[in-house]
Amino acid sequence: MVNVDLKDVCFSYPSADILQDVNFSIGPGEITGLIGPNGSGKSTLIKCMDTILKPRGSILLNGKDILMMDRVDLAKNVGLVPQNGSSAMDSTVFETVLMGRRPHSAWRISEEDINKVADALERLGIGDMAMRDFSSLSGGQKQMVLLARAICQEPEVLLLDEPTSALDIRHQLEVLEIVNHLVKEKNMSAIIAMHDLNLGARYTDSMVMLREGKIFSAGKPIDLYTPDMIKEVYGVTAVVITVLGKPHVVPISPVIYGHFKQKSAQTMGIEEIPA
Amino acid sequence: MSQINKGSSYSNYQNQGIQAEFKHHHARKILFLSSVSVGILLLVGIAASLGSYDLTLTEVYTTILGGIFPGLGLPESVASVIIWEIRLPRIAMAIVCGASLGVAGAILQGVLRNPLAEPFTLGISSAAAMGASLAIIGGIKFFGSYSVVLNAFISAFIATLVIYSIAKSKGMTPEAIILAGIAIMFLLDAVTSFTQYLGTAEQVQAVVFWMMGSVSVASWETVLIVFIIAILSIPYLIYKASDLTIMGAGDETAHSLGINVEGVRMRTLIFAALLTASVTAFCGIIGFVGLVSPHITRMIIGGDNRYVIPGSALVGGILLLGADTVARTILAPMILPVGIMTALVGVPFFMFLFMRKRKEIW
Repeated sequence: MVNVDLKDVCFSYPSADILQDVNFSIGPGEITGLIGPNGSGKSTLIKCMDTILKPRGSILLNGKDILMMDRVDLAKNVGLVPQNGSSAMDSTVFETVLMGRRPHSAWRISEEDINKVADALERLGIGDMAMRDFSSLSGGQKQMVLLARAICQEPEVLLLDEPTSALDIRHQLEVLEIVNHLVKEKNMSAIIAMHDLNLGARYTDSMVMLREGKIFSAGKPIDLYTPDMIKEVYGVTAVVITVLGKPHVVPISPVIYGHFKQKSAQTMGIEEIPA
Repeated sequence: MSQINKGSSYSNYQNQGIQAEFKHHHARKILFLSSVSVGILLLVGIAASLGSYDLTLTEVYTTILGGIFPGLGLPESVASVIIWEIRLPRIAMAIVCGASLGVAGAILQGVLRNPLAEPFTLGISSAAAMGASLAIIGGIKFFGSYSVVLNAFISAFIATLVIYSIAKSKGMTPEAIILAGIAIMFLLDAVTSFTQYLGTAEQVQAVVFWMMGSVSVASWETVLIVFIIAILSIPYLIYKASDLTIMGAGDETAHSLGINVEGVRMRTLIFAALLTASVTAFCGIIGFVGLVSPHITRMIIGGDNRYVIPGSALVGGILLLGADTVARTILAPMILPVGIMTALVGVPFFMFLFMRKRKEIW
């Protein structure tokens, strides 16, 4: 069980501030979604939480600052599923998943490592492709393999950077269902950077909405999603309805300027796009 | 996870099936390494039997055994002198140099995540060529008979440090290292051309011959030097092999899995440069072995560097020994530069494997 606390997290490149004063907490067994427009700092925050980027402020794992932690200790506690991840040249699926055992094992691969990899592959239903070349897989299959790698890492915190962005709807649901079950079953914490507001509402316990590197709002999706919020953050006119007890965003139109505004209205069969 | 599988005989069966399949693949890798090792031993016999004084394979192996185990009491013969004083040093040099180049290629391709990376790509070979040119044409004699060798070695090593420094200032990404290497390569090639322009016809001929690559300088003394560098470098690189494999998946993934990416990249690059510099210093520029050995190995046993590195060493050794044997016998008594033969022998074999592999994918 783990508690994650972000306190005054800031990150800047020499040319720009990317994250400013980000504060939030996640408890065990919780999934937190990071949402926001492109360039709002979601992926940067994920990278800061895995110390790929070194932020200012502090990120505490059960009270211990991850920026002060040993690299291998951190890898035992925090696992990352990258966006569109790749594997090494000519690596099989099994070898790719086996990489997740690196923080736990020495040079020699133990029976326990092999067993855990086989377990993870079988659990995600990709055991039959264990010896296939990773590069020959489809996007959805690759994402499953990377998830299996993170499972083998046995982390307490799982970071997922837009894990469903390149997947069809079936694979999107599959990946997020698996993450949901894992988090609840192992009492892990998961932070998922994502674009799909409706998938986010369905699979997360809480949401952190970023805009221009700052937290715009945070809370449960049902409280967070309002037409005004969507308009202000994304510049999109939308209605929010409730489907199966979850908020569901139906975008109407973006804010379009110039002569395209009239063309869009014609396409939609209305006289004027609502303000 | 295992709790979920309890009571499910199908799951257990499938889990065991996956494990068995992995172990089968593992056994195949070991079989490959063993087969190539045996192949080298056979090729050593064949190579030692060929030459102006023909010997049978039995004579060769008996003489080698007699030299290794003097207690066997095998009689001294002409064959013993030919094999131990002339042919074996050259054979050993070819194997050690081929192994060093194969490992250097595997490391560079892994660290730089670029299948075309090899000592040439980073300008290491160009630096050695420049050092040798300066020694031959500039008449540098500080190190006596080892002037060319040491000049080539020092130049190659300094070039690596310069490339590393430039790349570090730009963030040490594989792309930065390759760009810095290519820039350095063009600069050093220009210096080499300039020194050749200033040299006499004999000096230029010496430089060109050196640049074609040859293991003809082999003596037990030179073999020992190259061997010591190889034996100091290769075990460390095998020790770091699993980190290198993971780094092939990207720096961020490697960092996330607990690897000190910059540290591993720096140390492995330095060892790869040491291996290349030692070979190039003694034997000149031998192309293709460093590029193709890791590819051949990966095509057969996959991308796990714990096997690719020793495999590349063995394939590099067999490739260079095979090429040198053909080079010194095909137009005997004329001995062709081994660099020409490595390409002539290696390319068809590489293309054969490449086409076979493609067929499997299609």
